[in-house]
Amino acid sequence: MSMSLRQTLLGSLLWLGAIGAQAADVSLLNVSYDPTRELYKDINAAFAEQYKKDKGDSVTVNASHGGSGKQARSVIDGLEADVVTLALAYDIDAIAEKGLVAADWQKRLPHNSTPYTSTIVFLVRKGNPKGIKDWNDLIKPGVEVITPNPKTSGGARWNYLAAWGYALRQPGGNDAKAKEFVAALFKNVPVLDTGARGSTTTFVQRGIGDVLLAWENEALLARQELGKDEFEIVAPSISILAEPPIALVDKVADKHGTRAVAEAYLKFLYTPAAQDIAGKHYYRPYDEKAAAKYASVFPKVNTFTIDAEFGGWKKAQATHFADGGVFDQLNVGK
Amino acid sequence: MARRVLPGFGLSLGFVLTWLGLIVLLPLAALALKASGIGFGGLWTMVTTPAVLAALKLSFGAAVLSAVINAIAGLLVAWVLVRYSFPGRRFFDALVDLPFALPTAVAGIALTALYAPKGWIGALLAPLGIKVAFTPLGVLIAMVFVGFPFVVRTLQPVLESLDRDIEEAATSLGASRWQTFTRVLFPLLLPALLTGFALALARAVGEYGSVIFIAGNIPMKSEILPLVIVKQLEQFKYADAAAVGIVMLALSFLLLLAISLLQRWSRRWAER
Amino acid sequence: MEAALPLQRSRFTARRLVHALLILAALAFLAVFLLLPLAAVFVEALRKGLGTYVAAVVHPEAIAAIKLTLLVAAIAVPLNTVFGVAAAWAMTRFDFRGKAVLGAIIDLPFSVSPVVSGLIYVLLFGAQGWFGPWLQEHDIKLIFAVPGLVLATIFVTLPFVARELIPLMQSQGSDEEEAARVLGASGWQIFFRVTLPNIRWALLYGVLLCNARAMGEFGAVSVVSGHIRGLTNTLPLHVEILYNDYNYAGAFAVASLLAFLALVTLGLKTFLEWRYGTELAARAGRGH
Repeated sequence: MSMSLRQTLLGSLLWLGAIGAQAADVSLLNVSYDPTRELYKDINAAFAEQYKKDKGDSVTVNASHGGSGKQARSVIDGLEADVVTLALAYDIDAIAEKGLVAADWQKRLPHNSTPYTSTIVFLVRKGNPKGIKDWNDLIKPGVEVITPNPKTSGGARWNYLAAWGYALRQPGGNDAKAKEFVAALFKNVPVLDTGARGSTTTFVQRGIGDVLLAWENEALLARQELGKDEFEIVAPSISILAEPPIALVDKVADKHGTRAVAEAYLKFLYTPAAQDIAGKHYYRPYDEKAAAKYASVFPKVNTFTIDAEFGGWKKAQATHFADGGVFDQLNVGK
Repeated sequence: MARRVLPGFGLSLGFVLTWLGLIVLLPLAALALKASGIGFGGLWTMVTTPAVLAALKLSFGAAVLSAVINAIAGLLVAWVLVRYSFPGRRFFDALVDLPFALPTAVAGIALTALYAPKGWIGALLAPLGIKVAFTPLGVLIAMVFVGFPFVVRTLQPVLESLDRDIEEAATSLGASRWQTFTRVLFPLLLPALLTGFALALARAVGEYGSVIFIAGNIPMKSEILPLVIVKQLEQFKYADAAAVGIVMLALSFLLLLAISLLQRWSRRWAER
Repeated sequence: MEAALPLQRSRFTARRLVHALLILAALAFLAVFLLLPLAAVFVEALRKGLGTYVAAVVHPEAIAAIKLTLLVAAIAVPLNTVFGVAAAWAMTRFDFRGKAVLGAIIDLPFSVSPVVSGLIYVLLFGAQGWFGPWLQEHDIKLIFAVPGLVLATIFVTLPFVARELIPLMQSQGSDEEEAARVLGASGWQIFFRVTLPNIRWALLYGVLLCNARAMGEFGAVSVVSGHIRGLTNTLPLHVEILYNDYNYAGAFAVASLLAFLALVTLGLKTFLEWRYGTELAARAGRGH
């Protein structure tokens, strides 16, 4: 007993040593949200190659993925991320509030610190049996809509705000009408998963619902991975410009002495090479060449921004998603 | 019994108290202190919002119901495993511990796959108009799953140690099998049954991983209390999250306390 | 005598029928609630064929997760075993004030939601927590590193060994140990020569359960892990990642690995019980 105990303890010390040794070369930690797994797998490899060519140093970028809010919390609580690439600016603002990221972070990089964008589209079953073409089809009786919970999922907040913005822009649209519209939409929601990927699974694997509200990149990926012949993508007449932002975590990068590498990494995201990877993974690139190359992939969608329509994330969050906010007043489900 | 004849009192108790203090009490104190940040009034307003009340009702209601189901099924299973021999008995005996061993998230995904309208069981129930996955019924199923081993495992040793002489004596005195069971055996089993019930209940109330996949998570309808905590955390409201956690803990603790009182009473009843 | 025989026989067959019905009911419950979910895990795991299964299990990230899971269990389980034995010794061999409260506190981790049991360590050791600033100053990482995973696992599995031992040691009483004491044995001699042989089966069982739960814990560990691929993902977290990657077959393959590990330990326990069953029964008989 005591012998084997000693051995296990010795064994565990060896493991600890091994983990320490693995982390010894220059490494960055990119804390990101769920749908970017495939994207950053490719980008991290490309960046390492590029950096080796430019500076001669080898660099490993470790990745952590999870719900955007949970990931932001982990960084606040001490997960030592050199850079964060999250689903919405609100989550990075929360990190900035604790002094880990400079307050003016969103002005430090081009395009509001978002190297790529996306939008919210519909994924429907083959042949679009319910004839869903635009947002107003979602509130019809008998249509089941799948979306994650806006209280727990960043992606779901984009869904909600996109629907709200559509309703505002209808003839005679105002806040009261928009609330009515969104309430009717959520009345048709039978399941609220906690995250975007959970909702996709519910729709695709479990066969629940007639339409899935999703990030465009998620919808395209899900169709690619899970059945090109089983699902179709429907672009609504208007949607929101989803801007997943990136930021250097100043405090951690300075502590690690990785500021230069981390900045190079973030800037790399705007280079043609990285923009091409973004396009390949169904994110809309800013770079003209990449945008032209993947133009046929993306449906034409008119978009509005959160800043123009809702006065920024802080205001939107307080009005719609805080406790007792508009979402809490809705009567979800049947 | 002569007490403190044996050595090791200071050593064992000292170790236990230190360990509990560091691993359990200190962290829970941090939780309580964090929760106190919103004050008693804040706690009351939050707990009495309709959505939180509904979640409270669902979590505790489904947990109690699941513990009742587990108490009945657990008694049956423990009885059959201990008293009868049949092919595959050892396999089924080992299977009882599965819910302890399977990661809760895996259990949740597997149960959802089974009970969704397209799943093996869901497809059978769908024509009957019964929906399990994404309804409160799904919450109940997941809770039954995670709590099941507790009842069987607390009953088994007691059943094994029961003297068959008592039963034989009762039978020879003319009692029917059913009378023997209800009048003689059941009172002897009751304390262990209550322990198993309490542990299954406590586990079910707090369960997250396996429930969240199958619950549906619709506010006011199929939203469980741990999800309320997660929702508070998503808004970076740690104090509110901690407060809900403390309320849950306090309620579970009260339930456990009530059950242990009931148990003491039942033991006295059995001895009488 | 001759008249009584058919009556007895009919009563006998009626009882056989009741037995059969009870067995059937119990097995039906076990089949629906336990066997089907287990079968679902293995069926889903093998859906894309054996090749995908093997590929998912031998993937470097899966291997890293397996190593980390074993490491965490290898630290948490022995510590909780020592704790369980000490707790059972203190609780069953001595009378002291506040024993009931101590018993309740030992059970407490069972009634704490996994969501909370991760959070409490974040509140203590996270960057914004009580000891966060001090830990950062001294560059000690607890949360989002292996120590945090170990702590959360210890918390969740704390009661298992104590829960197994306390009722047994209570029913066995302390006569044998006291006799050894009178004969002049030292404390450790009593423990290793008298107590340990008496409780080894329950101890083994407690350790197996503790280990199974330690390897399978998801909720609490998820909060303190940081989810860094290949570094801080345990097996259950790796399952979640694969599932979220739309790699359903791979997710269930890794999950089946956990289920398989659990079945092996449970099978081992059953084998030992069967192999040494007579000895066990003799001991139990002596205990009364």
